Amino acid sequence: MAFHADHEFSSQPRPVVISGAGILTSMGCGLDANAAGFRAGRTAFRPVDLFDVSRQRVGTAGQAELPDSLPYVPRKEWARMDRGTRMALISAREALETAGLSGGEMPVIVGTSAIAMPVGEKYYLQAVEGTSRRGQFLRVETYQAQYQMTAMMRALGVRGPLRIISNACASGANAIGHAYQMVSEGKAERVLAGGYDALSQLVFAGFDSLQALSPSGIPRPFDAARDGLAIGEGAGFVVVESLDAARARNADSFGSLLAYAAATDIHHLTQPHPEGDAALGTMTRATRQAGLEPEQVDYINSHGTGTPLNDVAEARAISRWAGAATAKIRVSSTKSSIGHLLGGAGSVESVLCLLALRDQFLPASLSVREVDPVVEFDLVQQPRDARVKVALTNSFGFGGANATLIFRKEDQA
Amino acid sequence: MKPIAIAGTGAVSPAGWGVPALMEMLDAGVRPPLSELSRERRDGPPVVTPVLRVPGAPSGLPRNPRLRRVSPISKFAAAAAIEALGPERIERIATGDFRLGVICSLMNGCVNYSNRFFGEVVSDPSVASPILFPETVFNAPSSHLSAMFASTAPNDTLLGDGAEVFTALELAAEWLQRGDCDGVLVVAPEEIDWLSAEALQLYSDHYVPSEGAGAIYLEPGAEGPLLLSVPDPVALVPGGDRAAALEELSAASGASDDGRTLLADSRTGVPRYDDPENRAFASWQGRRISVKKLLGESYGATSALQLVAAVALLGRKEADRALVTALGGNEQAAGCWIGQK
Repeated sequence: MAFHADHEFSSQPRPVVISGAGILTSMGCGLDANAAGFRAGRTAFRPVDLFDVSRQRVGTAGQAELPDSLPYVPRKEWARMDRGTRMALISAREALETAGLSGGEMPVIVGTSAIAMPVGEKYYLQAVEGTSRRGQFLRVETYQAQYQMTAMMRALGVRGPLRIISNACASGANAIGHAYQMVSEGKAERVLAGGYDALSQLVFAGFDSLQALSPSGIPRPFDAARDGLAIGEGAGFVVVESLDAARARNADSFGSLLAYAAATDIHHLTQPHPEGDAALGTMTRATRQAGLEPEQVDYINSHGTGTPLNDVAEARAISRWAGAATAKIRVSSTKSSIGHLLGGAGSVESVLCLLALRDQFLPASLSVREVDPVVEFDLVQQPRDARVKVALTNSFGFGGANATLIFRKEDQA
Repeated sequence: MKPIAIAGTGAVSPAGWGVPALMEMLDAGVRPPLSELSRERRDGPPVVTPVLRVPGAPSGLPRNPRLRRVSPISKFAAAAAIEALGPERIERIATGDFRLGVICSLMNGCVNYSNRFFGEVVSDPSVASPILFPETVFNAPSSHLSAMFASTAPNDTLLGDGAEVFTALELAAEWLQRGDCDGVLVVAPEEIDWLSAEALQLYSDHYVPSEGAGAIYLEPGAEGPLLLSVPDPVALVPGGDRAAALEELSAASGASDDGRTLLADSRTGVPRYDDPENRAFASWQGRRISVKKLLGESYGATSALQLVAAVALLGRKEADRALVTALGGNEQAAGCWIGQK
């Protein structure tokens, strides 16, 4: 990762594979639990009991189940980890295990939007309501993302530079994209990358204040009468590795990571350009980088929040990008099952793309009653078995962060 | 690719708005006057925290709709960015032919609006302001910068301790080498409120919470000191030797201490926290400046201001090269090596 003016920059990209993946969502903990849930077309929303939602318009979310402890994490370390870090740790460990790794030297790149917000909330409440400073120092320390992520790295036995990206809801995709670039350009042989976010009162109330949450608690991405998103929580991590390094240690791969493109939508802080200009730009550049035409993309895991403005912009971007091939492009939003995981969304949805490649199925956009007329693509409304060779995922965030990643299943030799 | 140069810098600090105000204060060696943040409590006396604030109102900020309702952190970032780019370059960017990348490096971020918004949530979430919430997001300042300069090129916000700005510099160099951008603006802004100021004093009553922004503009082939190296940060291990981490960083940078090399360190004037930097560079022969001793602690913002000050001193030929280092609170020792080859 270091920069030295005298060192040559490698402009010859190297093939990059995903040698490990891990996931934790409200659908379940681990690859198989999530694959089973998405394959069955389940939704995973429940009443939020982590904080008081009695005065919110909405009381449900994609709240995940977490273990009380982990055998490989000392109790004191576990106690200091916030909820988001615990989820990140569990999925990152699964990513390492499936990659056949048990820690080691590698850069770590993580995306998060809310960091350890619940810890910050406790700090605030104690400062406002109490007169004692007891416990406040530890809250200040453990609120910080870098404190939490270095603790996660210690628990994983991973050593290396840490980069934390906070580009709102595109953070997780950006993290994997940065890892791709680092490996592709020879700056690292492998990188542990992913994203996470846990439910927090501030963020939940924030989306509610924007009236962005679906009052029914059931998001219906691309439905004509969609009325908002559902918040979720979780984490997704991958091991991004050079093909040569993976082959050298006989590691299996989930597929190749072919391309990453990012752009900034400057239309508005919280609203996308109505024609999806930035999304069009990232999809176009990513497919060009991958050497693909739109019709060669078998599945798009859309950003698909279920908010009126996002879905229109993304649908228009997909139509503009795919042109005459639009009707054949199969698209779904897995946020309809687990909600919007904010900083974790892009990485979790990347892992869902890898599961689609591994298990040859298309996860669905559930709960759609009448497809929005803006949709010209093949909206997958029920899970289906399908030949899936290439999957693309879009992530967009507040502030205009746009990112696209493309994965391809490789025939095993 | 042509060598990457630091083609512009910008500063907002308790010394004032602009690099000249910063350098005037550093030359005089006099700390700006302290002010106080006072917080009323239901039970007991108010909590009073001595702080260093950015004085007065910004001048020269454009009438941009994005800046209408932002908290101070975005105004600091915008002012420092405008100064770093300069009017000619801003005009060039506006033509649309120039791809400006933006990277913000933060530790605390938009604390004022987060504090206010969560206060409203606790009081009554049904009337919490939808105007405040989007500004609480970490990447709001960097988004405003891209919008202000109408740039759709890459934009990232990095989080970390006070040494994170050097990771942002390394990422900027990566973008330029890859050809993602024609120039990259790295900005490290921070703002304070009672919440963050009191938090800092939990580490030491001698810390002075501060605020501001430092901006560094990088462009290949431009006039200015060159970015010679940004070594990998050295991770801080709990209970580990922080002086050794700095020594490792210094060695990895390739910097040579020949008496004409400036060291811009991150000592704050709090002996307990300065000890590793004292030990690591005890035999430093060249000039040494410690910006935080005068400007207080604003994490990455002051680390960026160290770099801004170093560039100014190189411009005045007071040194040939500069090693800029920062010992972060709980993550890393990091730095960069700048000057002519």
